[in-house]
Amino acid sequence: MAKPADINPSSPAMEVRTPPKQESPNKLAGPATWVDERIGLAKLLGNIRKVFPDHWSFLLGEIALYSFVILLLTGVFLTIWFKPSMTEVEYTGTYELMRGIPMSEAFASTLNLSFDIRGGLLVRQIHHWAAMLFVAAMTAHMLRVFFTGAFRKPRELNWIIGVGLFSMALVEGFAGYSLPDDLLSGTGLRFVDGLVRSIPLIGTWVEFFAFGGEFPGSLIIPRLYMVHILLIPGLLLGLISAHMALLIYHKHTQWPGPGRTQRNIQGYPFFPIYVAKAGGFFFIVFAVAILMGAFMQINPVWIFGPYNPAQVTAGSQPDWYMGFVEGAIRITPNWEWHLWGTTWSWNIFLPGVGLMGLLFTALAVYPFIEAWITGDTSEHHLLDRPRNAPVRTGLGVAGMAAYGMFWLAGGNDILATQFHVSLNAVTYFMRVAVFVVPVLAFIVTKRICLSLQRSDVERVLHGSETGVIVRSPDGGYSEAHRPISPGEAYSLTRHPQPEALVPNGKQVGRLRGRLSRWYAQGQVPKPTAAQIAAAADHAAVGTEHDAAALDSGDSGETH
Amino acid sequence: MRFLASAGRQSLRRHKAARPVLLALSLFLVGAVYAAVAPATTSSAEGAPNEQLIAQGKDLFAVNCASCHGLNAEGLAQQGAPALTNVGGAAVDFQVRTGRMPMGNPYTQAQGQGQGKQNTFSDDEINALAAYVASLGTGPDVPTEDQYSPDGLSAEDVARGGDLFRTNCSACHNFKGAGGALPNGYVAPSIENTDPAQIWEALRTGPGQMPVFASGAIPDEDVKKMIAYVEQVNATPSAGLTLGGLGPVSEGFWAWVAGIGSLVLAAIWIATRGARA
Ligand code: HEC
Ligand code: HEC
Ligand code: HEM
Repeated sequence: MAKPADINPSSPAMEVRTPPKQESPNKLAGPATWVDERIGLAKLLGNIRKVFPDHWSFLLGEIALYSFVILLLTGVFLTIWFKPSMTEVEYTGTYELMRGIPMSEAFASTLNLSFDIRGGLLVRQIHHWAAMLFVAAMTAHMLRVFFTGAFRKPRELNWIIGVGLFSMALVEGFAGYSLPDDLLSGTGLRFVDGLVRSIPLIGTWVEFFAFGGEFPGSLIIPRLYMVHILLIPGLLLGLISAHMALLIYHKHTQWPGPGRTQRNIQGYPFFPIYVAKAGGFFFIVFAVAILMGAFMQINPVWIFGPYNPAQVTAGSQPDWYMGFVEGAIRITPNWEWHLWGTTWSWNIFLPGVGLMGLLFTALAVYPFIEAWITGDTSEHHLLDRPRNAPVRTGLGVAGMAAYGMFWLAGGNDILATQFHVSLNAVTYFMRVAVFVVPVLAFIVTKRICLSLQRSDVERVLHGSETGVIVRSPDGGYSEAHRPISPGEAYSLTRHPQPEALVPNGKQVGRLRGRLSRWYAQGQVPKPTAAQIAAAADHAAVGTEHDAAALDSGDSGETH
Repeated sequence: MRFLASAGRQSLRRHKAARPVLLALSLFLVGAVYAAVAPATTSSAEGAPNEQLIAQGKDLFAVNCASCHGLNAEGLAQQGAPALTNVGGAAVDFQVRTGRMPMGNPYTQAQGQGQGKQNTFSDDEINALAAYVASLGTGPDVPTEDQYSPDGLSAEDVARGGDLFRTNCSACHNFKGAGGALPNGYVAPSIENTDPAQIWEALRTGPGQMPVFASGAIPDEDVKKMIAYVEQVNATPSAGLTLGGLGPVSEGFWAWVAGIGSLVLAAIWIATRGARA
């Protein structure tokens, strides 16, 4: 037997030593310190004092974010009860008007959720209203970014991520809308089946692939369920994270103003002030969604009945965000080719697949097209006031007008019955309106922008109107003007004005030159420093010549 | 009564005694007509057409309907009014009770479709008109209550009625009978407040653009179930404000107006609130 070796009890290896007490480097105390020492919370929150500027329009994106959170919370509740199955069952629940009717398990479980699960109907309605708010807030947010030019360098990638989020939200909403397998959503699914089949050459194969055979088959609801609760929410989460990360990396844009430059940012620190504001806003959004869910009925599937391919109902409409596609298809004339025993349904492919493709492509490439036209390669952290980019603003409003016309056309039957006009008349009108109204909208919007620019110039040179009418000794009347503050004058004049590129045969070709001229045309020149100084002198002399000065202010305008 | 009132209007109106005399006369006539009609219903139920009733109907028809449909209900092409020789009493009962006939102006037919007009005929007059038209040829008769009354149906029956309604009617009238648009300015009207007898008659006579659903295709038993369904689905409480009940179009509208609208107001409030730091 081996004897154990002698141990030297005084060896330093044997000494029991406590590690030096670590002073936590920051002021976070208690549990925060505990977490920090394990996952580096403080470093994670290094950005905690990041500053966010304040403006209501910067909160539109937050509405979308919070609605998404509400969707996740309410969606989880729904998954507990919803059965994504197209197996036919006979309804035996409490809703008498469906008793004994054969329906899919999906529809039966939606009825169950609505009538037999405590709080189920409320959660369903909150979920659906939140979905409507989600897409609507996203749309509003996107329009804000567009009209203020926040998509310009360096934020083009975040804009593209946003377009991805927007398109995915539509798919997510559509998938969710289809899940209950009711008569309306089944008709919507039938509609999409038609879209898919209209794709030239491969349409039928795609249909068979997606539906596992001919419409409706028995696979589409389980598949849409997977798409709706796993695939798209996962992608949305990933894209939202990227969207937020880029936001923090780029920092938020801000409106021009005194002390605000391309290189600083004014506002409140993220912690604690912005957190308080944003947290409060979350609860407001949640409250609005709950109030809507509690007091406003949405998607009463029990009235629509279960989907049955042999049935269809008047007033079949998709949720609002798919309405523009529906409208485009409703008003497109019946263009079809019949070649060698095959059918080419341009009447569905062009307005359906084509229009959606056009919308998302146009949105995605716009930042690059605008930069190409203006030749602007600099970074922008200060926002444009919409009036100072008249062509962009005009294009945006024209796009909204076109979208709006298509959307209205999607409700042509409702318009016909509500306003007592003929369905055909609405349809013919819309066929023209989708082309004419956007052009008018562009022209009118650009005019309005230029007038607003003119009134800005007047305000800088002559000050704000006081409402005090002064009578001069020789009997003339004029309104007294009060000079505006230097800060306001700065805000009104700091914006760069686009200049037309001159075609040089190399990078700037004829087309680019012409577009660039079109883009820059008609801007009202900003007052120069000399003009402002002269106007100030003038104001010091007296106010009685204001009326005359007002007229001369107009001579600066170009046409 | 109608022709009497109009005759009085022309010749006697200005006479001082016109009013009291007319009143007395109409009271007398009401009594007389009642006496004539009251036994008529019982005898027609026995299957024997009542000559008096038919004669009265013929008179009413001559005054109110013949200008368009012809004196013998043979139809007048220049008025676009069809022959009524084989439409049956049910068609007359339906058209007059729902205010469609007598039509005001045939040229606004597509737009008007008799909507917004009130029936101004009494039950007796309608019975007389129906009896007269029924006597001209074939066609469905005015239904008796046991043909359309939805009383005594089980929950399953009513649910089955819903299924039938969605299969046969909702394409034009919408899933709960709220109505919908048809091409060329026609509409399928709301049937939410239509009386059961008139629903039965609409099916059997196919007014305007609506197809005829004969009893071979949909027996009376099924019609009762559909009638019961439409009645009950419109009586069920809703899950909150129905927002016009126009489906997704109005839901989208309210999501923007109420939802985004109130949240933007909240955002403005939050953004203008500074921090007291
Ligand atoms: C101003 C002209 C006019 C008058 C007056 C008029 N009708 Fe008509 N009637 C029409 C027209 C036109 C149609 C066809 C309506 C349609 O197709 O929708 C019609 C259709 C009908 C029908 C439906 C026929 C069918 O095929 O189902 C009936 C029943 C009828 N009328 C009864 C009457 C009765 C009873 C009166 C008198 C109380 C009357 N009409 C007065 C013009 C008139
Ligand atoms: C092809 C479309 C169509 C279908 C299918 C249809 N209807 Fe109609 N329905 C109409 C039209 C159009 C009218 C208006 C007729 C007119 O011009 O007077 C109408 C009128 C009616 C009315 C009269 C409403 C009123 O108060 O004025 C009733 C009741 C009615 N329909 C019930 C039904 C029922 C029940 C079914 C199913 C069995 C049905 N309809 C199927 C088109 C349709
Ligand atoms: C990401 C988490 C989500 C989960 C887990 C989820 C889950 C569900 C489930 C189980 C249903 C079917 C139950 C029912 O219809 O009552 C449903 C329906 C629906 N979902 Fe979602 N969802 C989520 C996100 C979204 C999003 C982001 C949108 C919209 C953009 C959306 C829109 C809808 C719609 C419109 C319905 C139909 C609801 C109705 O029946 O009225 N969902 N969802």
